[in-house]
Amino acid sequence: MSVIFLLIPLSIVFAVAFLFAFVWSVRSGQYEDTTTPSMRLLLDEKTVRKPDPTPPPVPKSK
Amino acid sequence: MRPAAANRFVFLDAPEVRQRLVDFSDASLTRVTFHLPAIHCIACVWLLENLFRLKPGIGQSQVNFPRKEAAIAFDPNRVKLSEIAALLTSLGYEPELNLSDLDVKSTNPATRRLWLQLGIAGFAFGNAMFFALTTYFGLDVFIGPKLQVFIGWLNLLLAIPVVGFSAADYYRSAWTSLRQRLLNIDVPITGGIAAIFAQSVWEVASGHGEGYFDSLCGLVFFLLCGKLFQQKTFERLAFDRDYKSFFPLSVTRKRGPIEEQIALAQLATGDHLVLRNGELIPADAKLLSGPALIDYSFVTGESEPVEKRPGDYLYAGGRQMGGAIELETVKPVSQSYLTSLWNQEAFRKDQVTKLNALTNDYSQRFTKIVIAIALGAAAYWSFVNPDKALPAFTAVLIVACPCALALAAPFALGTAQRVLGRHKVFLKNPYVLETLARMDAIVFDKTGTLTAAGAGAVAWLGTPLTEAEERWFYSMTRHSTHPLAVRIGEAIAQRHFPEPVRSFLETTGCGIEGSVAGQEIWLGSATWLESRGVTCKEHLEDFALPTCPTGTPPVGSVVQVALNGHYRGCYVLASSLRANSAALIQQLSARYELALLSGDNEKERERFRALFGPGTHLQFNQSPLDKLGFIKTLQRDGKRVMMVGDGLNDAGALKQADVGLAVVEHVSAFSPASDIIASAAMVPRLAEVLRFARQSVITVRAAFFISTIYNVIGVSIAASGNLSPVVCAILMPLSSVSVVAFACGVTAWLGRKLRVESRMTPDSQLSSLSSQPNGGVA
Repeated sequence: MSVIFLLIPLSIVFAVAFLFAFVWSVRSGQYEDTTTPSMRLLLDEKTVRKPDPTPPPVPKSK
Repeated sequence: MRPAAANRFVFLDAPEVRQRLVDFSDASLTRVTFHLPAIHCIACVWLLENLFRLKPGIGQSQVNFPRKEAAIAFDPNRVKLSEIAALLTSLGYEPELNLSDLDVKSTNPATRRLWLQLGIAGFAFGNAMFFALTTYFGLDVFIGPKLQVFIGWLNLLLAIPVVGFSAADYYRSAWTSLRQRLLNIDVPITGGIAAIFAQSVWEVASGHGEGYFDSLCGLVFFLLCGKLFQQKTFERLAFDRDYKSFFPLSVTRKRGPIEEQIALAQLATGDHLVLRNGELIPADAKLLSGPALIDYSFVTGESEPVEKRPGDYLYAGGRQMGGAIELETVKPVSQSYLTSLWNQEAFRKDQVTKLNALTNDYSQRFTKIVIAIALGAAAYWSFVNPDKALPAFTAVLIVACPCALALAAPFALGTAQRVLGRHKVFLKNPYVLETLARMDAIVFDKTGTLTAAGAGAVAWLGTPLTEAEERWFYSMTRHSTHPLAVRIGEAIAQRHFPEPVRSFLETTGCGIEGSVAGQEIWLGSATWLESRGVTCKEHLEDFALPTCPTGTPPVGSVVQVALNGHYRGCYVLASSLRANSAALIQQLSARYELALLSGDNEKERERFRALFGPGTHLQFNQSPLDKLGFIKTLQRDGKRVMMVGDGLNDAGALKQADVGLAVVEHVSAFSPASDIIASAAMVPRLAEVLRFARQSVITVRAAFFISTIYNVIGVSIAASGNLSPVVCAILMPLSSVSVVAFACGVTAWLGRKLRVESRMTPDSQLSSLSSQPNGGVA
């Protein structure tokens, strides 16, 4: 049963990883607006990240 | 005509405006957030997030739908801010630019911090409870005492960030309240946290046990849940608007023959301005060229526009109706008549201290009793068994930590706030309900609250019209945008098709003339018709006709009509009471002292005297400052006053009153600073809302009682010196969860009595309402 002394710290390590994922998501502002992302999910195209010197051409509609 | 779209926003490129408007700026990237009231559907999100395809130099744009904002990143070397604003306008999303946009922006880090605190506390609570279960279930029998020691240290490690970070705000609040010589609810909470932590650290360090870390983390986690629940805000509803939100960011200045758009901040006294239809007078000014027709309903509540002649003095806040006018500013924006209202004392008072009075009143007594019991237990045990004195003292503090007590008000009132939100009554924060339940007097503003603008009956006085005549008048009114003409047109529209009108002419402040089917028709004011030789019946008593079925003659604005130069009769546009106003007044007068304030003239005094009954204060011709003063007088007599009003003219009174309720036709429409924003449809049900507020407060008190029972049980165990971590681990979550369930359940059940009229969710309701035109800056 003394394997529990190994398993408990191991479980903590995993849990802390998820905690950091949560901290990251809060800090990146994902909790500020919880409505728009659900709408954005339904849009097809990806939007660019930074001002792009050559914006991609408007895709042809199928 | 309006200057070309691009020119209209040139003032945005002025360094001082630009600097304060943008969120972030460096050499190659600028980010700006525009409020776009026109956002209303998913296609708007798509279009606005694909702006980069329309103009090179624009980068990522991100829409925040509930706030109706778009954050746009762009390359300042290739695109100018004004070009982006012009592009948005050409797409139909005209940015709303108010003077308040220039104020310092808050990115709302408080909620972020709360989420982090909650996440960390939840993480620690889950793990600590899980580890502690091994000893509660006696699993350490298999492994030996080493496990207990190991888990003790592990839980100590988990509790450190909870005590150090998650609970930090409670210490700060407790400290602030102690310095003010008050005992708010955070004082016993802080005491409890300190006692649990100290006791647990001592137990672990000395090898006596594994401590109460699981209960500690759970306590903080539940408290933070309550805090998050009560922080519900209605996005896009601003409760703290001042005059800056009503004023445009730019005005058209005229210098010689050149018209240019400048930022309002650059406006100096003596500047010449051009105002077009629907634009707001930004500062007190003198009219240069007119005639002007100024709608002061924002400022005075007077529903009819006022005619002004060149040379007249114009107060800021009026809105020009009709053609373009030119004026010369006399005072700076910040010193105008309207803005002087905001220099009143009422706008400086700090209302934060009023928050959560219910809980804090209770906690005053509670804290004193708990400390007395803790000292009593310590004193008793120091005689009987000195070893037990200190443990008993800390045990009482641990058990009495008022978690359940602190949760009662946030959850009960927070639920009530959500229930009311579904009924389109939006509270600034849940604690407004506490104040709302204690009102003695209710003061109504007349226009827009008891009467509905533009909803009154339109009555014809004079010999009955033939069908053809009515059709001619209808055709005439279709050509004017004057509010009275529009209302007459709407009232008789269903019955007729318009006929062509020839030689139509509208004289501002006088009336309209034209010929329909060969008939010369004049509609307008009595003075105008009389100047053309038509004798009008000025007084309604002159009509010896049973015009109104109820017997009382209609009261309101009068439009005189002449046909082919002969007097024909007049239209009377009554300002009508909202439905059920009489029933509402009757319900309220049983419990509250009522009063009516109006910026309008006295012509409707008798009507309201009949409605309110004798003995009520009915004040007419009230300026915004008079209204504020009236509320103050009532408060000086020891009354707790609720003000029900709309418009800027009530802003002072709304702020001064203990509870200010702003009535709006559309939820997204402009409303002055207030504690409650309510849809006009809910005004007749105000009595129900007030009853619900009282019931919610009773629910909170009942929840206090339940949590006190738990405390009595816990404290009696603790004072007898028998508290163990497992008792604490059961009692604490049990009391919290049952109090929260009671508070939410009862409030929601009471809320069901407020009959649900529409079954939409609050969110979809808000968005559908907000898509209504935003009646504000032109």
